[in-house]
Amino acid sequence: MTHHILIADDEPNIVISLEYLMQREGFRVSIARDGDEALATILRERPALVLLDVMMPKKSGFEVCQAVRAEEAVAHTLILMLSAKGRDTDVAKGLGLGADAYMTKPFSTKALVQKVREMLESRA
Amino acid sequence: MKPQLRLPLVIAALGGGMALLALGSGFAVWATLETAERDALAALLAPRAMLVVMIWLAVFGALAWGLARAFAHFVEAPAQLHEQAQVLLTSVAGKGAAVGDLQAQGNAANRGLADTLNALALQRTQLQRDVARQVALASRRIEQERSRLSTLMAELTQAVLVCNRDGMILLYNSRARAQFRGGAGATPTAGRAELIGLGRSIYAVFDRALLAHAWQTLEHRLQAGVSDASTLFVTRLRSGALLRVQMAAVRQPADDATNGSGFVLLLDDITQQVEQESLRDRLLLGLTEGSRASLGNLQAALDMLDLPDLEAPMRERFQAVVRDELATMTARVQSLADDVLAGMKTRWPLEDMLGADLVSAGLRRIESLGTLLASADDVDATLWLRVDSYTLLQALAYLAGRLADEYEVKSVALRLRAAGARAQLDLVWTGVAMSTETVMNWQLDAMRSAADATPLTLRDVVERHGGEFWFERERVRHEAFFRFLLPCADAQAPVHPTQAARSDDRPEFYDFDLFQTSAETRALDDRLLAELSYTVFDTETTGLDPSEGDEIIQIGATRIVNGKLLRGECFEQLVDPERALAAASIAVHGIQPGMLAGQPKIIDVLPVFHAFAHDTVLVAHNAAFDMRFLQLKEAATGLRFDQPVLDTLLLSAWVHPNQASHRLEAIAERVGVAVTGRHTALGDALVTAEVFLALVPLLQAKGVHTLGEARAASLQTFQARLTY
Repeated sequence: MTHHILIADDEPNIVISLEYLMQREGFRVSIARDGDEALATILRERPALVLLDVMMPKKSGFEVCQAVRAEEAVAHTLILMLSAKGRDTDVAKGLGLGADAYMTKPFSTKALVQKVREMLESRA
Repeated sequence: MKPQLRLPLVIAALGGGMALLALGSGFAVWATLETAERDALAALLAPRAMLVVMIWLAVFGALAWGLARAFAHFVEAPAQLHEQAQVLLTSVAGKGAAVGDLQAQGNAANRGLADTLNALALQRTQLQRDVARQVALASRRIEQERSRLSTLMAELTQAVLVCNRDGMILLYNSRARAQFRGGAGATPTAGRAELIGLGRSIYAVFDRALLAHAWQTLEHRLQAGVSDASTLFVTRLRSGALLRVQMAAVRQPADDATNGSGFVLLLDDITQQVEQESLRDRLLLGLTEGSRASLGNLQAALDMLDLPDLEAPMRERFQAVVRDELATMTARVQSLADDVLAGMKTRWPLEDMLGADLVSAGLRRIESLGTLLASADDVDATLWLRVDSYTLLQALAYLAGRLADEYEVKSVALRLRAAGARAQLDLVWTGVAMSTETVMNWQLDAMRSAADATPLTLRDVVERHGGEFWFERERVRHEAFFRFLLPCADAQAPVHPTQAARSDDRPEFYDFDLFQTSAETRALDDRLLAELSYTVFDTETTGLDPSEGDEIIQIGATRIVNGKLLRGECFEQLVDPERALAAASIAVHGIQPGMLAGQPKIIDVLPVFHAFAHDTVLVAHNAAFDMRFLQLKEAATGLRFDQPVLDTLLLSAWVHPNQASHRLEAIAERVGVAVTGRHTALGDALVTAEVFLALVPLLQAKGVHTLGEARAASLQTFQARLTY
């Protein structure tokens, strides 16, 4: 079964790589360019996993994460936070708000793919 | 009984006694005789009666003389000694009866007593002289210490305030004053009122609860036995400035160890520092987080490029990502470098200095080497520099010295011009030039000259200024010069407070006698006139009738604290009356309409004056006139001048009811106050203040000591004048 993955990030330079990478791994990929769009897409398309950037316009990744966990229909969505905010307080906040994992930029795509697979398999 | 009657009375008593004895014994013998015997005796005595009387008189005389001598010896001599000793006792050293004045008379014991008293008196005089000398010495020392302290305080770059426990300011330096100048919401033009002044409350500028909390912390530490207890806090003033405040207790010398008698506040304006630090933090954060994102994008794109099965169009896109991110990173690093450089400029403590001053100091310094002449050439007199003048002057002297020693240069010139945001300071000479290599060596050598040796190199000095230094040659003019590129002072940098606030009345910056005043919130009426704080003011107006639309055009005020006129704490402000000036009034105050254009309006000035007069008694000459102008504005400003008011006119009329004139000049002449600068508001306020100070002792002499009594006296004269 192909998993559906949402990439929520406002930076096209990372989205292009992540999109290519995830499609190459055989996932179905959607893109969201800001927080509002991310939340709407999650509610509409119910992806299995979200690669969620923290610093986005309109709604931050933290807010999106919180909203998703509060909405029962989508509360189980896997969330992997990607952020340039690398202070331990930021990581703690992300996990505290309900993210399943947190990766600090820069990261190797290999590690990212591995992480995504682990998360999906643990759920399966 | 009068002393001089004593002796005659005693002698009279002796005479009486002897007469009684003679008559008594004669009568007793007479009574035992027969008639025949009586006749025989009478016959015998009658012709010799004269002899008997003579004998009696002789005996009486001898006895009286002896008695008088004894009296003088045993009674009068001690009495005299007693009187002289009393004179001596009440005499002040150096005045009245001199030591050794006691006359040794009478018997031996009396004479001995006189000598002993003389010796004691001598001892006492010596002691008194000794004490006086010690006191004079100690007060001179205290005076020296005080003036040393006030000089030190004035020169400190930190703001210092000393307060007693009630928060009354006893001492401040010019920095502190500059820090708080203007106060809350004051418009820049009207902002000349001082919130800091002797006897003023510190709570006008600091939150009472904040200081109370700091004081509690301090007391805890004192009680815990910490000897040099102080406490730190940071607070934001209403002006927006961020202050780091260090509070320390002023402690009673010995016995009273736990109870501070006041506190010292050391203030550092850290607004700029915090701004700079937060800017640095922002830069750092921008660098780490921004770079992380970029690096993430780069890494992901590179990982994709590594994939063997990537098609050409996709490869193109990932390469574009890499190029794009590289450009972003480069731009970020560049802007960061610019910001960091700007920040570095301010790290070394540089001072603002007028460029022309630096040049003239440089010329003096170079000529003091004694080997060459120096002149100024093309100096921009308006340029303000931000320099460490000490090392910069060292550098100039060092360069000039080497030019003279090694190249036999006889004269140099200094040139100063603006160059964009920086200034060029050139050391110019004619003739020989040296190689760039030599100049490089000069830059790296420690700057040694005849006068002083320092490990600093020219390069250090230049780096300290965030500047540059190089050597140039103008072949055409046969000139060569060293050029320093130096930072200019910020245009918006505040005027250096020590220059702005310096006045000749430096000692008025402190008044430790205020330590002694108590916090008793006695009703003001019960307070002594001599110990109150006053705001003495005067206004100039467009005319005499405020209800007909006349307006204030100038307010001048000064302060009296603890019986001292504080000439350094004045208020003077022209006011735009928003109406025309009557020609007649111009003749009085000499204020031309043109001087009022652009001045603040009364609605902006009164709040500042209200703050200036806060917590004081108002004093004015013919106060009712000035108060009327102020009161008519109460509705518009919402500020009430409801403090007690004293009127020098009424007080003078009460002190000297028989004098015809109570005009300010007349009173001033009467009480011996020199009149200067009259008919400016501040000039009149100063004269009024001096007159008031002279009236206080006159009032006291007539039994008026407290504010309440003075007000009662004023009311009395006021009513008396009304009945005329």
